[in-house]
Amino acid sequence: MNRTRQLHAWLLLLPALAMLAAFTHIPVISTLFNSFYESPIAGKPGQFIGADNFRFVLDDDIFWKVLWNNFWYALITVPASIALSLIMAIWVNSRLSGRAIIRLAYFTPTVLPMIAVANIWLFFYTPEIGLINNLLEALGFEGQNWLGDPDLALPSLMVMTIWKEAGFFMIFYLAALQSMDTSLYEAAAIENAGRWQTFKRITWPLLMPTTLFILINALINAFKLVDHLFILTKGGPNNASNLLLYYIYENAFSFFDTAYAATLTSILLFILALLAWFQFGFLDKKVHYR
Amino acid sequence: MGQLDVNSLSKFWDDFTAVDNVSFTVKSGEFVALLGPSGCGKSTTLRMIAGLEMPDNGELFLNGLPITQMSPGQRGLTMVFQSYALFPHLTVQENILFGLQVRKVHREERQRRLKFAVELVDLGEHLHKKPSQLSGGQCQRVALARSIVSEAPLCLMDEPLSNLDAKLRGQMRTELRALQKKLGMTVLYVTHDQTEAMSMADTIILMNSGRIEQTGRPEQLYNQPETTFVAEFIGSPPMNLIDHGKTLTGIRPEHIHISSDSIPPSVHHTVTVVSCDYLGADTVVQVRLDNHFLLVRVPGHQPLASGRTLSISWKKQNELTFCSSRSQRIAPVQNLTFNNNHKAKEPENAA
Repeated sequence: MNRTRQLHAWLLLLPALAMLAAFTHIPVISTLFNSFYESPIAGKPGQFIGADNFRFVLDDDIFWKVLWNNFWYALITVPASIALSLIMAIWVNSRLSGRAIIRLAYFTPTVLPMIAVANIWLFFYTPEIGLINNLLEALGFEGQNWLGDPDLALPSLMVMTIWKEAGFFMIFYLAALQSMDTSLYEAAAIENAGRWQTFKRITWPLLMPTTLFILINALINAFKLVDHLFILTKGGPNNASNLLLYYIYENAFSFFDTAYAATLTSILLFILALLAWFQFGFLDKKVHYR
Repeated sequence: MGQLDVNSLSKFWDDFTAVDNVSFTVKSGEFVALLGPSGCGKSTTLRMIAGLEMPDNGELFLNGLPITQMSPGQRGLTMVFQSYALFPHLTVQENILFGLQVRKVHREERQRRLKFAVELVDLGEHLHKKPSQLSGGQCQRVALARSIVSEAPLCLMDEPLSNLDAKLRGQMRTELRALQKKLGMTVLYVTHDQTEAMSMADTIILMNSGRIEQTGRPEQLYNQPETTFVAEFIGSPPMNLIDHGKTLTGIRPEHIHISSDSIPPSVHHTVTVVSCDYLGADTVVQVRLDNHFLLVRVPGHQPLASGRTLSISWKKQNELTFCSSRSQRIAPVQNLTFNNNHKAKEPENAA
């Protein structure tokens, strides 16, 4: 009896396990494995070279630049999109006329594919004919080469990312706000708590589980979403807007240095694991769950 | 302590009138129950007094001060919610002190009031627990303590006991009433449960479809119902109403006796038993009189077979007469002497 139950359980798990193993676990292991070998050349498998690839990473200026870029990219876009999404959610959760339209408007960037979004923003950012420069010039300011200037390329990407992500996170905040017990707010109102006190002492703590969930997603996205780089900057100029995953892609499929790409991927996985550990191991204990 | 005056309060939802020209006064130190079936406007009235709904008409005064235009926080009253409305992420202590912190009450004063309230409601060992770790009754006490520490002139309660089981509800009823008397709190208490209103309140305001049906002491509502609605709402089982065309005769189930020999002036009828409900201390017998059904409360266990013929009687003085078109009581209560044993209630501020 017990044995057949066990067998049934494993059989039911098998399809999902097989898919996960084929597309997640085995690639992870083979990536780690490959990072200790040379890249295969002309079909000949590469030699075992120990930690040489990792030593090379430490000396690779582009890697450090890309990592630094990604660090700034996450540090700016994650809090900015979370803050913006929370403000939008509180705004569209209040009793205002036409709020369904506003909710839809805020959510629209999310349903667009990243490639389409990048093409729209390419039109905004393009010098000469771009929307932003046309507006600036109409107001008497000088237009900028938004994607061509090394100082402006990464911030321009950040703005677009925040625009794209905030609407998605707003949905989670909105759902959390709508499931809240309104009598808590009435109790706070009777105690004469102002808007800011109510937000600080009630709304924000009760939204923490949602915020943690969004934080995890936003951080993973900051490392994972690079589709827009293909359209907008291709990491340029001079790697000013390059991000870690795009750099891995370049190494693997433009430079065909698969071993180095595997090494960089191992480092990316390590960073993501570290973030996950921090979030679930540390922040999770500080959050009140209902 | 405070006095609340409500002057012709009204509230409309589109073309539905939720509260229709309601006026009453809650005197200082009084426990007033706002009683009525669901949808009668009692909760809306309470929420307008709290400031959670804006009235479409009428005025509110707390200790003579107009509060109609004030925000809920400015009114300086306190409220116990049906769902308790405890902040789930805060401990019991933080929940109780929330309002005092918001109102920037001095730290020593906060601690003094906390200690006082916690002892009153017996929460000492739970101060550092979260609401999710407490039972329903304990949550209720936290909500009460939160009201007590505010030392507000008026305490509003919105069906605070309806989420508790029957036994705990009875116990909390006694405690709540004792607490209210001890602290001299002015309480306006919304409930749909006539037992709660009858057992706790000094005054009952019975509402029906947005209007006040009758205001009075519990025994007044029971013995001298002004309308057929009051007669049928107050009392369990409700008053029997016998239709005579232009008038209705009302008689309480406990005033009907099963016997043929009785002292005049009394009313006799021969009826058939329909069913019996045994309730422990007494039995409620449903009988048929012509084409009316009457409820008769008889003491003890009386298993009467259905279809059996009985003769019943009641004293003429226990009868009430209502006008059937206006549903108002027309005949005066024939003999007021039976009220005297209910008037044992001590006068307010007897001390």
